[in-house]
Amino acid sequence: MSDNGTPRDLKQRYKTPKQEMPCQPAEVRARNFTEVALGLLGDNAKLESYRCIYCKEPACVSGCPVGVDIPGFLHEVEKGDLAGAARVLKRTNLLPAVCGRVCPQEEQCEAVCKVGQGKNGVAVSIGRLERFVADWERNSGMAQAPEIAAPTGKKVAVVGSGPAGLTCAADLARCGHKVTVFEALHKAGGVLVYGIPEFRLPKAIVAAEIKALEAMGVEIVCNFVVGLTRTVDDLMKEYDAIFVGTGAGLPYFMDLPGENLGGIYSANEYLTRVNLMGAYDFPKNDTPVIRGRRVAVVGGGNVAMDAARTALRLGAEEVRLIYRRSREEMPARKEEVEHAHEEGVNFTMLTNPLRYHGDERGRVSAVECVKMELGEPGPDGRRKPVEVKGSEHKIPVDTVVVAIGNGPNPLVPRTTPGLETKKGKILARDESGKTSLRGVFAGGDIVLGAATVILAMGAGRKAAKGVDEYLRTGAW
Amino acid sequence: MQMRVLKDVHRIVERRELAPRVMLYRVVAPLVATARKAGQFVIVRVEEGGERIPLTIADADAEAGTITLVVQEVGKTTARMARLREGDAFVDVAGPLGAATHISKVGTVACIGGGIGIAPVHPIAQSMRAAGNRVIGILAARNRDLLFFREEMRRACDEVRVWTDDGSEGKKGLATDALRELVADFGKVDRAVAIGPVPMMKFVAKTGHELGIPTLVSLNPVMVDGTGMCGGCRVTVGGKTRFVCVDGPEFEGHEVDFDELSRRQALYREEERASHDRYMKEVQS
Repeated sequence: MSDNGTPRDLKQRYKTPKQEMPCQPAEVRARNFTEVALGLLGDNAKLESYRCIYCKEPACVSGCPVGVDIPGFLHEVEKGDLAGAARVLKRTNLLPAVCGRVCPQEEQCEAVCKVGQGKNGVAVSIGRLERFVADWERNSGMAQAPEIAAPTGKKVAVVGSGPAGLTCAADLARCGHKVTVFEALHKAGGVLVYGIPEFRLPKAIVAAEIKALEAMGVEIVCNFVVGLTRTVDDLMKEYDAIFVGTGAGLPYFMDLPGENLGGIYSANEYLTRVNLMGAYDFPKNDTPVIRGRRVAVVGGGNVAMDAARTALRLGAEEVRLIYRRSREEMPARKEEVEHAHEEGVNFTMLTNPLRYHGDERGRVSAVECVKMELGEPGPDGRRKPVEVKGSEHKIPVDTVVVAIGNGPNPLVPRTTPGLETKKGKILARDESGKTSLRGVFAGGDIVLGAATVILAMGAGRKAAKGVDEYLRTGAW
Repeated sequence: MQMRVLKDVHRIVERRELAPRVMLYRVVAPLVATARKAGQFVIVRVEEGGERIPLTIADADAEAGTITLVVQEVGKTTARMARLREGDAFVDVAGPLGAATHISKVGTVACIGGGIGIAPVHPIAQSMRAAGNRVIGILAARNRDLLFFREEMRRACDEVRVWTDDGSEGKKGLATDALRELVADFGKVDRAVAIGPVPMMKFVAKTGHELGIPTLVSLNPVMVDGTGMCGGCRVTVGGKTRFVCVDGPEFEGHEVDFDELSRRQALYREEERASHDRYMKEVQS
């Protein structure tokens, strides 16, 4: 490197092609639950890291919701010091193996990567490298717990063990506070364990990341439903501060005739049965799921892709994504859309369900749809889908998964007097997540509405900073 | 409310058979025992790999830190449960869940338990009486062998009447007949609570509606998380979709679409049978 930090071999770096990450072949993976992407190989990872040009003001770092020191860890990979790379990553991100897999890097760090600008530019595969380093560290057995400040004697309750809660807990533990995480389900991880499927995020990885958190002294209490087992007010008597990260756990339905017929699931239920309860291995595991032959998934986001690809893996003959706009407008990550397409999911675009028809046992037998066309752009800039008159048609199905989004979970807002909300979401006064109740912070989907893992993590991090400041100064 | 112990071992401290295939379990769950109110339920997982099943809390002892569950053996999970002994433990107990029964002083209240429904109606009878109501308990079942909690209900209510379909104990007739008799005897019943099998609740709610008695029912649909997250427990009430786990489990009976509830309860019947058969074979071999 030159004195001012710019690498001397810039040309060589630009010339190095993007390294591909091997995947299971589409026709094989579409029928199994093991991970789709296999991860970069060592040599390729090193070459890929070599593509970083070490910009003076790295846009990638500002593009990351948790501000990972990206050039810092890439530099360690380039040098071949993977333990060093892991140390850099973990300074800002306790869940690198998760983020390397599920973050929409193409909209964040990689979107602003200088190498990727220009007509033929291809961004450095930051996400894949993050995953590579995290996997190496986990498999090496040499993972080190991050340094923890001297105990402050302060106690913090974190409500919900999803991405927001886990990140907040990790940061607070690092500051020396005693943290207890309360989880309503029997297993910690929130959407990482009940929602995101094994083939995209192996549960062993989530378990390892949670174990690392426990090694930092964080206590995790499952089967504890804040709002009911104890209220936020009860917790306030025993803890110095509370962070609420209860997420967007209330599935939306479309309120269509026949929507309560058997075989129509919310994406949450479908994915929870399969992921958390292990219904893919029924009857070895006790929880069943309907293994549809013809499955329709309604929606166009990442969760819809997860549901469609899960249906394939459960043995469906036909899986159809029904979405009211066109493929280009789908909010899902491009990579997920491509994966779903490769695996054989049928994209039934510009189509909207109107009602469901059932058989004599009360099970869904068809979804009646109407064709849509894109009209004028709406207030959000997206072209508004409009019904095409007379285009009603029936599609035979035996299973439907409604994946049109989630609202904020109502348990904490309903049971916490004085906690201000708007449309069910907890109102946060500022970035730190301060709510209308002194000592109570909130962040993640319960504040933002359904968003992404990394945005929830970013909110958890900012709230941890706010909680720490409040605990040190007492200022509200 | 102190929370000294956050991670409990949900040990079974008492287990006894109340009726054929109906078992009572008193389980260590101090956090639930101190927080629960009448009408609420817990989600239980018996063992690793097991399902999450909702069970209404039949009683609780806040001092001893225990809750009482009454469980009918219907499938693999409940059969597995029945093989546990005192000293064994459930891996997970989460709760209390659902909204508590709205308790107020209204006058005369009929608490009607049909078969296994006698257990969940018991804490409601206790609370209704504590609120100053005259509580008449009705225990109804197909025959005398299926009745239980006679003493518990007598302690909880001002008066208890027993009805069986075949007349083998108490009066001969259905829960609906019992409700009609109450109106005839007392002139007026201000509130009824009916818990039992779906057909029983459906007809008691209908009768109650005809007689002008607001009739509360407690629904028991298929559930996964029990916290509003999955929507598997949705039912139509008053023409609107509601989630039983967070909006219920109790609703005004005449508004509930019981036929839809029955169909949704039957969704996994084949899988449940296969799972149960497989388990019974495993146990026998």
